[in-house]
Amino acid sequence: MMRTYAGHSTAKKSNELYRGNLAKGQTGLSIAFDLPTQTGYDADHELARGEVGKVGVPVAHRGDMEALVEGIPLGDMNTSMTINATAAWMLALYIVTAEEQGVEARVLQGTTQNDIIKEFLARGTYAFPPGPSMRLIADMVAYTVEEVPKWNPINICSYHLQEAGATPVQEIAFSMANAIAVLDAVRDRVDEALMGKVFSRISFFVNAGVRFVEEHAKLRAMGILWEELGRDRYGVTDEKQLRFRYGVQVNSLGLTETQPENNVQRIVLEALAVTLGRNARARAIQLPAWNEALGLPRPWDQQWSLRIQQVLAFETDILEYPDIFEGSKVMEGLVAELVDGARAEMAIVAEHGGAVEAVDYMKGSLVESHRERIARIERGEQIVVGINKYSDSEDSPLAAGEDGGILTVDPGVEAEQQAALEDWRAGRDQAAVDAALAELARVAQSDENIMEATIAAARAGVTTGEWAQTLRDAFGSYRAPTGVGEAASGPPSESNEELVEEVERVSEVLGRRIKILVGKPGLDGHSNGAEQIAVRAKDIGMDVVYEGIRLTPSQIAKSALDEGVHVIGLSILSGSHRELIPSVMTALAEAGVDAPVVVGGIIPAADVAGLKECGVAAVYTPKDFDLQKIMRDIVSLVAERNGVAAPA
Amino acid sequence: MSEAAALGARLRERDLSAAPAVLNLVETRTRADEVAAMLREVSPAALGGEAPGHLVGITGPPGAGKSTLLSELVRAWRARGRSVAVLAVDPSSRRSGGSLLGDRARIDYDPTDPGVFIRSTAAGEQLGGLAPATRAAAQALSAAFDVVVIETVGVGQSETDVAEVADTVAVIVQPGSGDALQFIKAGIMDIPDVLVVTKSDLGQIALRARRDLHAALRSAGARDVEVVAVSSLPPADGIDALIDALEKHRAGLDVAARRLDARRHAALADFRAEHGERGLRALGGRRAAQRWLAGQEEGLEVPSLVQALSDRAAKESS
Repeated sequence: MMRTYAGHSTAKKSNELYRGNLAKGQTGLSIAFDLPTQTGYDADHELARGEVGKVGVPVAHRGDMEALVEGIPLGDMNTSMTINATAAWMLALYIVTAEEQGVEARVLQGTTQNDIIKEFLARGTYAFPPGPSMRLIADMVAYTVEEVPKWNPINICSYHLQEAGATPVQEIAFSMANAIAVLDAVRDRVDEALMGKVFSRISFFVNAGVRFVEEHAKLRAMGILWEELGRDRYGVTDEKQLRFRYGVQVNSLGLTETQPENNVQRIVLEALAVTLGRNARARAIQLPAWNEALGLPRPWDQQWSLRIQQVLAFETDILEYPDIFEGSKVMEGLVAELVDGARAEMAIVAEHGGAVEAVDYMKGSLVESHRERIARIERGEQIVVGINKYSDSEDSPLAAGEDGGILTVDPGVEAEQQAALEDWRAGRDQAAVDAALAELARVAQSDENIMEATIAAARAGVTTGEWAQTLRDAFGSYRAPTGVGEAASGPPSESNEELVEEVERVSEVLGRRIKILVGKPGLDGHSNGAEQIAVRAKDIGMDVVYEGIRLTPSQIAKSALDEGVHVIGLSILSGSHRELIPSVMTALAEAGVDAPVVVGGIIPAADVAGLKECGVAAVYTPKDFDLQKIMRDIVSLVAERNGVAAPA
Repeated sequence: MSEAAALGARLRERDLSAAPAVLNLVETRTRADEVAAMLREVSPAALGGEAPGHLVGITGPPGAGKSTLLSELVRAWRARGRSVAVLAVDPSSRRSGGSLLGDRARIDYDPTDPGVFIRSTAAGEQLGGLAPATRAAAQALSAAFDVVVIETVGVGQSETDVAEVADTVAVIVQPGSGDALQFIKAGIMDIPDVLVVTKSDLGQIALRARRDLHAALRSAGARDVEVVAVSSLPPADGIDALIDALEKHRAGLDVAARRLDARRHAALADFRAEHGERGLRALGGRRAAQRWLAGQEEGLEVPSLVQALSDRAAKESS
C-alpha cells in the first residue's frame, strides 16, 4: 500500500489534498493532525498559539472530520491516523462521520497510531499520565476487536525511537517491551479466547535508516521475537495471527538541510531495507520528502516521494522473487546478534517492572545513544555526506524557488479556525454537550470502557479540547521525563576540556556559575535538539535549567526571571517560530529579563532576519551539527553581554 | 542606601518582586559585602523581631514524590492566600562543575502569579548539603514571603542541614521503602517535625508504612511527631491536613529561640569554612566560641556574627 503522510491548514484544504493524492494513484489516506489536535487542545487555547494547522490538520469536532473526508467513501478507504493521546477521540469522530455516510463501523479499515509510550520517550504529544493513557489504549483495543474488527487500534512505533537516537537493538527491545505492556493491559480487559485476535490486530510502525543491510536484519529479528512473544506469553497458535505486520516511514533523522538533494538517494536506499527480503517486507510504506529538514513539503515534493515507491514497485524486479536472503550466513549472523542484544535489553526493561515503569530508564538510554551519535559525527567517525565530508557544494537550484523550496502555511489559518470553532460552539445543543461530558467524566473515574461515552460525546458535538480537558481533570496532568538527568556524562575530550576551562573562567569573573535556560515553547515534542544542548551545556560546566517540552511564553519568562539565567536557548521544529519566538521575546521583556536568546530548530533561511530583528542573538539550524561550536558561541555571548573580557 | 541594601529594604516591605535579584546577589561569591548589607536590612534587629515567613524544610529520598507533593502544597498555600518561595536544591553531580536543574518542571504553578517564586540551585561541592547561599536566601526571603520552602534530596546530612535553617522539617517517605525507618532506628536521621507518607493511594502498603513509622517513632521516644498520609494523584488527598500539621508544629515552637540558635550555628560553620580549624583554635575551640556567641546581641544576622567572630579571632591571635 502506498501513502503519503499529509494534512495541513484546515479540514477543507486537506480534503482537497487527499483527493488530489488519490487521483495520482495513492491507495490509502494517511492523516497528519496538527499539534493542538494531537495533544487535546482547541485552537483558542493558549498553548495552541502558532501551532494551528502547522504540522497537520486541525480537527476539533465531528464537523471538521466530515469536511476532512468529504467525497471520500470511508467504506472503501484504508485510513491511517497519526494520533496517540487523543486516538480514542479521533476514532470516535471517524466512526460518527462514517455513520453519517451510511457506513457501518464493522467495515471501517485503518489504523490509529495510539502508541503512548513512544510519546513519553520521543515524540512528546502525550496528554495524560502513563497509567490512564494505557487504560485508554486497552479500552480502544477491547472495543475495536469486537465492534470495529478490521481496525488496527494500535501501531507500536519503533520509528520515533530511532529518530530519538535509538540503536537497532534499542529500537527492537523498547518497541517489543512496549507491545508487552499494551497486550498485558488488554489481557485484563478482554476474554482470554480473544487474545489471538487481539495479538493479530497489533501492527508496528518502524524506521529504516541508511545502513540498510543492518536495518533489514533488524526487521527479520523483530519478526522472530514477535512470533516468540505470541506463542510463549499469550498462547497464540494460529500462524496467521502470529505474523509480524509492519508499516514503515523511512528515517528523517539522517536527512540533511545542506545539499538536500542527497536526501533522495538516502530515501531510496532506506526503502530497500524494508522491501528487499520478502520474509520481512513492509505492508505499507511512507517516504518522507527530500526537503523535510528545511520545512513543510509541498504537493510536488510529496509526489516525488510517491514516485520513488512506484518506480521501486513497478519498474524494478524486487517483487518477483522469493526471499533473497534465505540461507545467507551473513544475514543470519546479523539477525542472531540483534535478537540476542534485544533480549538482554528487554530483560532490563522487565526488571524495571515493564515499559511503563521503565520510561525514565529508556528515555535516559535514548538521550545517551543520541549524544554518542552526534559525538561520532563531530569527530568524523560517522560520515554524513555534505555535512562532515564533501561539504563544498554548488548552489542547489532545488531550494532556489521563490518559496524557498518549502510550503508555508497561511498565518490567517489560526484565526479562521478559532472563528469557526466559536460558530460551532454557538450552534450546538449545549445541554446535550454538558450531559455528554458529565457522562464522560463519570466513566473516566470508573472501570468502564471509555469508548461508548466518547462516541456519544462526538455525536453531541463536543470539541477535542473539551474531551481532553475532561479527562485531564479526571486523570491529572503529567510531564514526561526529559532523560537529560539520567544520561551519563560524555567522555572528556580535548575540545571539551578547553570549553570547561572557559566556562570556569567566565563563571569566576561573574561570581556565579553560568546558568542557561533551555526551553521548548509551543506544542512541538521533538526534543532531541534541546536535550542535546542541555546535556552538552552540563558537560562543559554550566548550570542548566531544562523543563522539557510544551512551555508557554509566560512560563519561559517566569523561569528565566526566577532562575536568574545568563542566557536562554529556545528550540522549535514545528514551524511555529514566527509566532512563538516573538511572543517569548515580548514576555521576557515584560518580565524584565535581558539575558540573550539563541534559537535552534528547523528555521528556513528567509525567517532568520525576522527573528534577529525581534532581538534573537543567534539562530542555529540542522546544518549546525557541531554542538561544540554552538556552545563556544553561547559562552562568548554570555561573556560579551556581561562585560567579561576575552581570555588573554 | 546601596543597591544591595535597597534590595533588603524591598524585602522588608514585603515586595515579592525583589526575590530574583536577591537570589542573584546571594549566589554571587564575589559580593559578600553586598550580601551582608542586604541581610542587615532584614535582620531581626532591622525588622523589630523575627521574619514573619514560615521556613519549611522538605526532604526525603529520591523518588519519594517530593516534587509532586510540593506542586500540591504550593497550590493549597496559594488557595489560602499565602505567598510561597521554593528553594529547590538539586543534588545533581558536578563532575565537570555543571549540573542539571530539572526540579521546577515538576511543580505545576501559574506562571503569571506573582505570589510564587521558585529557584533551583545546584548542591555543588556541598555534597548533599545546603549551600550557604541557600541559607542566606531562605533567611532573607522569609521577610517577604509567607512560606519559604527549602527542598533537598536525601536523608542524612542534608536533612540535618535543613533542620538548621527551617522552623519545621518535614521528611517525605514512600510506602514500602524501609530506609527512613532504618535511619530513625539507627539514629542516623534526626527526628523530623512532621513525617509524610506519600502515595497513600497505594492503600494497604501505605497504611502499613504509616503504622511502622509510628512504631519506630515510639521506640525512638518521639511520640508526638505527626505522621500525615498524602496522595498527590488526583484527587489529591491529605494536603490540607499536612499544611495544618506544619502550622501546628510552628505554632508550638519558640521561633525566636530556634532561629537564634540556627543563626549562631550557621555563623560558626561559616567562620570555620573560612578560617578552618586554626581559626577555631584561636577562639579557644568550638565550645568556647559557642559560649561567646551566646553572649552576642540576639538581633544580629549571620554575616555580622561571622565578622564578629573573625575580629575576635584576629585579636586573640595577635
